[in-house]
Amino acid sequence: MYVAVKGGEAAIDNAHRLLADRRRGDRSVPALTLDQITEQLSIGVDRVMSEGSLYDRRLAALAIKQARGDLIEAIFLVRAYRTTLPRFGHSEPVDTGAMLVERRVSACYKDLPGGQLLGPTFDYTHRLLDEELEGDPLVETGALRGGDQEPVMRVADILGQEGLIEDDGFIDPAAEPGDINQTPTEFPMSRAMRLQSLSRGDEGFLLALGYSTQRGYARSHPFVGEVRIGEVDVEVFMPELGFAVPVGRVQVTECQMVNQFKGSAKAPPQFTRGYGLVFGQSERKAMAMSLCDRALRAEELGEDLVAAPQDQEFVLSHCDNVQATGFVEHLKLPHYVDFQAELGLVRTMRSEYEQRTGEAVLETREAAE
Amino acid sequence: MLNEATALEGGFSDPVLNAQSVFRAVMDAMAKPATVVEVDAVVTPPAPLGRAAGAVACALIDADTPFWLDASLAEHAALRAWLAFHTGAREMATCSDVAFALVGAPATMPPLDRFAQGTQEYPDRSATLILQVPSLEGGAPLTFEGPGIRDRVVLAPRGLPRDLAFQWKANRKRFPRGVDLILTTGDAIACLPRSVRLVEMEG
Amino acid sequence: MNAQASNYNFAYLDEQTKRMIRRAILKAIAVPGYQVPFASREMPMPYGWGTGGVQVTASILGPDDVLKVIDQGADDTTNAVSIRKFFQRVAGVETTTSTEEATIIQTRHRIPEAPLQEGQVLVYQVPIPEPLRFLEPRETETRKMHALEEYGLMHVKLYEDIARNGHIATTYAYPVKVEGRYVMDPSPTPKFDNPKMHMSPALQLFGAGREKRIYAVPPHTEVVSLDFEDHPFEVQRFDKPCALCGAEQVYLDEVVLDDRGGRMFVCSDTHHCESRQAAGHRGEMSGEALS
Repeated sequence: MYVAVKGGEAAIDNAHRLLADRRRGDRSVPALTLDQITEQLSIGVDRVMSEGSLYDRRLAALAIKQARGDLIEAIFLVRAYRTTLPRFGHSEPVDTGAMLVERRVSACYKDLPGGQLLGPTFDYTHRLLDEELEGDPLVETGALRGGDQEPVMRVADILGQEGLIEDDGFIDPAAEPGDINQTPTEFPMSRAMRLQSLSRGDEGFLLALGYSTQRGYARSHPFVGEVRIGEVDVEVFMPELGFAVPVGRVQVTECQMVNQFKGSAKAPPQFTRGYGLVFGQSERKAMAMSLCDRALRAEELGEDLVAAPQDQEFVLSHCDNVQATGFVEHLKLPHYVDFQAELGLVRTMRSEYEQRTGEAVLETREAAE
Repeated sequence: MLNEATALEGGFSDPVLNAQSVFRAVMDAMAKPATVVEVDAVVTPPAPLGRAAGAVACALIDADTPFWLDASLAEHAALRAWLAFHTGAREMATCSDVAFALVGAPATMPPLDRFAQGTQEYPDRSATLILQVPSLEGGAPLTFEGPGIRDRVVLAPRGLPRDLAFQWKANRKRFPRGVDLILTTGDAIACLPRSVRLVEMEG
Repeated sequence: MNAQASNYNFAYLDEQTKRMIRRAILKAIAVPGYQVPFASREMPMPYGWGTGGVQVTASILGPDDVLKVIDQGADDTTNAVSIRKFFQRVAGVETTTSTEEATIIQTRHRIPEAPLQEGQVLVYQVPIPEPLRFLEPRETETRKMHALEEYGLMHVKLYEDIARNGHIATTYAYPVKVEGRYVMDPSPTPKFDNPKMHMSPALQLFGAGREKRIYAVPPHTEVVSLDFEDHPFEVQRFDKPCALCGAEQVYLDEVVLDDRGGRMFVCSDTHHCESRQAAGHRGEMSGEALS
């Protein structure tokens, strides 16, 4: 007698128990604290905040712990949480020009007002595994530049004084900024909405696309005008008061890519901009984002559309890793009803094929006889 | 009486479950057009807005969907304050660009083609008109067929524009563009989605 | 996990989201087969697991509803179990495996064998709602095709099948035309189920979460599978009846019994099979038949 497999519910419960067990690992090893994660795995935490679209280091750390270090899973946890939060409104644009920078580098000028400030970068570390880190060696306090911290001018403004770079764009103060959470995707998408999508887009996907523009797929001649990392005020306009009030500070990484541009029917020769802005210290992502932003402006600037990074639908429909991982991974769900349909079809086509070739063989034989 | 209390009172007592139950009635009515469906209309809006119309408004309209009132409703400040409070939606002065219109006197309402019709590519960007009629029975019988209707169905609402048959045919002709109607009276509604066709009756 | 449920609204979604989805559902019913864009939310389950269907169900569900969830026709597949549990937890609704008792049936990949009734709602989980997507990947283009009712490309594709294979080689997600206007994707149900959509007394709602689309087929609506006069639409046929309940003209799953090519075919619709067995129907491999 055949008995069908049952007990899905018990199987799920058991799987969850095993998952919890494996997440915790060896019980004799102390459990990670959220402080340890936010303090010592901070770049991972920043990525989860950035792509999870929620500025909360503690929740990002919790998500990383719960996700066993799977950052895309952690991003998903954060997103599923943030979508349940009420939407109060939107902030004023953050003024990154007023940022107190911890790191600021430009590839365009040797020296410039405010100087080059390396900050906490991996750039010039020698990638040699440091066995000492297996323990907890004494670490000196970081050295900071002396003197009062003051906002430093943007590199794009230096070019702007000479009129060599396009304007930063104009924001109509009366216009409501779009919100990709509140509106169904529609193409073509405004630049503001595109930047929202890119800012929460998958770092790896944008990195690969940005890289491809450097290798000739929609080449954009980029120079890092500036990368800056630091904290900025977030302000919200209060109609009752008639002015904006600060509601907090966030750390962001901003990249202004300066792209040489020969001019087109639509725009004069000048430098153009690609823009990247992400939560926390996420320099690779901000740079990749600015390359992608610039490529996606092809139509606006009258450039030929020749490669995937310039294609809004292609880039924006596929840059969200929560969507991408869901759809790729759903292939492991049961599909046996459809597979049965395909089995039937392949069997039919096989027998038709065999019949045809059989007849052909027969015909050849008859012809030979 | 026009005071704050009138605006605050008479909304959903249980916003979550009331909204669900009213929506289900509307969905049901939209899925079987021109059929009278009872609504558990638990609201008491200021006159002359009816219970069913008020309940449908509370269930569907919010800050994302601007609405318009015809003159017969717009002249009542208490009613406007009530809708503003219970829906949080913006009232617009003109009818051409709103997601919802509440019409207290359908007989004299603007023609259907004055409201948002949606586009050929986005026919969903059209207006839903909530019409308050004196009765869903006893008027001139209208016979409909189309999606949601097995064979044919007859609805005889009173108080509709005299040229409704003509207007409805034009509305159907614009399909997939066009407006959808929710007729309301007392505690009952009947829907006319743009997909249904008015059948010419002989004699 | 159970303790978390109380922090969330009835049926999980907040009221503003429900209203937005409800408005989309009404538009979808008014324009049968047209895909209404909606601002789909992240759900606590991954995209691809039925987030579109879950959002639709969450927006229509009330405390008096009786919910059935199936995946591959079965009530006991893990994802069906998981979604059913989700709604038990966040809405406290009664659930059932009975097709007849359910007021709302959420499904992935099948339509139940038992005829649906007036007043029932069938909610489909849809991965790719755009039937033209595999012919034209661009949304801007496919939207134009629907607007202009320009479906030539689809017919060309189906006809190429015929030219190559002698028949249409599409076995599931077989495109249909709704009320003579919109070409629609029936979701990846086997084409065996397509005729059940035609003039069904139940309301059929389709939710695609990742792709942010909702569409609908009202009751008693014409749903025609695309075909050609010389190559009419046909459904799959199975050589044998169900090995457990003896049902014919139902969709069967192939079960591999051993590594020597042993196979049996059983109803994909588990409730249908169990009801038949309870009523005394027997197939060649049911307990009674063997003893």
